[in-house]
Amino acid sequence: MFKRLADAGTAVAITVDGKPVAARAGDTVAAALLAAGIDHCRTTPVTGAPRAPYCLMGVCFECLVTVDGIGSRQGCLIPVREGMKVETQIGKREAGR
Amino acid sequence: MAASLGVADYDVAVVGGGLVGVATAWGLAREGCRVVVLDEGDRAVRASRGNFALVWVQSKGLGLAPYAGWTVRSSNAWGGFSDLLKQETGLDVCFQRPGGFHLALSEKELEARADTLKRLHNQPGIVEYKTEILDHSQVARMLPDIGPEVVGGSYCPLDGHVNSLRLFRTLHTAINARGVTYLPGHRVENITREGGEFRLTTAHGEIRAGKVALAAGNANMRLAPMVGLEAPMRPERGQIVVTERLRPFLNYPVVTLRQTDEGTVMIGDSKEESVDPAGLTIGVSATEAERAVRQFPLLANVNVVRTWSAIRVMTQDGFPIYDESETHPGAFTVCCHSGVTLAANHALIIAPMIARGVLDTSLVAPFSARRFHVQEAG
Repeated sequence: MFKRLADAGTAVAITVDGKPVAARAGDTVAAALLAAGIDHCRTTPVTGAPRAPYCLMGVCFECLVTVDGIGSRQGCLIPVREGMKVETQIGKREAGR
Repeated sequence: MAASLGVADYDVAVVGGGLVGVATAWGLAREGCRVVVLDEGDRAVRASRGNFALVWVQSKGLGLAPYAGWTVRSSNAWGGFSDLLKQETGLDVCFQRPGGFHLALSEKELEARADTLKRLHNQPGIVEYKTEILDHSQVARMLPDIGPEVVGGSYCPLDGHVNSLRLFRTLHTAINARGVTYLPGHRVENITREGGEFRLTTAHGEIRAGKVALAAGNANMRLAPMVGLEAPMRPERGQIVVTERLRPFLNYPVVTLRQTDEGTVMIGDSKEESVDPAGLTIGVSATEAERAVRQFPLLANVNVVRTWSAIRVMTQDGFPIYDESETHPGAFTVCCHSGVTLAANHALIIAPMIARGVLDTSLVAPFSARRFHVQEAG
């Protein structure tokens, strides 16, 4: 759905659910997921409906993901970092992660 | 002048549309009464929207032994009560009764807890039930996620919890289905008894009813004297911290912390003298959260999504008040702190008494407000 601008930043390697994803310096986690064509980053805690990044400015909380083992992080507020491990969050978060 | 023949609009007017009022109204409708519920508007102090939703037994009744028995009775009736509601409405209030805990974060707290329970259960005439004092490892077998600072706790198998917003909605659905008239925005300004019926004055006109049940929480203090009753109250504020939804990890409610059927963790049992429902004391929320993390360290990085404060309905001594007026026969008070725990009793025991027009003193005599007048109490 999204196409990167030609002058996007240098490559940053992250993984999403264990699979390598090519992000760019300056991407947020949410932007990297969208650029990689990942169509949902979590499912809701009660009904299990799929959700994807939406407002991209920290308001809607739709882009919650597990980042380096910590659950319910707002993907749109976290810049990617080399080696970062992102996991989609299925249903309720597990306390302690 | 001949007394006018009263043609009341309703058999019973219930004043108050919170949990106590609607539970009583539903019970009255089940007895075949024509019932009206007079409620305030949306800006009223809504204790029933802010409560913690425990159906709780342990430690209740110190200072008034019959209150323990009354509480156990409601706790035992709760499963049947929720089944009846489900049959009538199709709604599940998510009642669970796995037993519940008090947790102690120091030996001193555990000793104080054991001492309270000993004094409670040593009272003459107290109902028999078990509350055990457990050490850390015994608690950990049932609550594996407790932190090292939890030295032990008390466990009572009769304790449980419910989804109280669903209970509130379900009771409103149930009274509606049974033809009860619910009138929001009808704050009762005055009550008189004329020609054998009660006249309740509101800004939207006068309501006439054969009987009156005052179930208006702390506002019973204002209403009860209108019909020769009294309801001495001392409202207090409590604060609750609410987390995001989490996978189930807590199989038992703790008196200060419980996980709801939908995964949310609710934290809080604070008590403040303030009665400003709009205020929130950040230090109180912080203390609640800090103790919760010491009890369950895995909560440390969980996100808080809401905090709120709410006003507790509380009588002067914390025990319920059920009375019938001597000067205004047919006027009753139904007043208590524990509107959730006692909902089964209010619907299935108190309401039928009001429908018959006589309180059964063998059950409710200890809860008369006459106890506040030591010299006059028989």
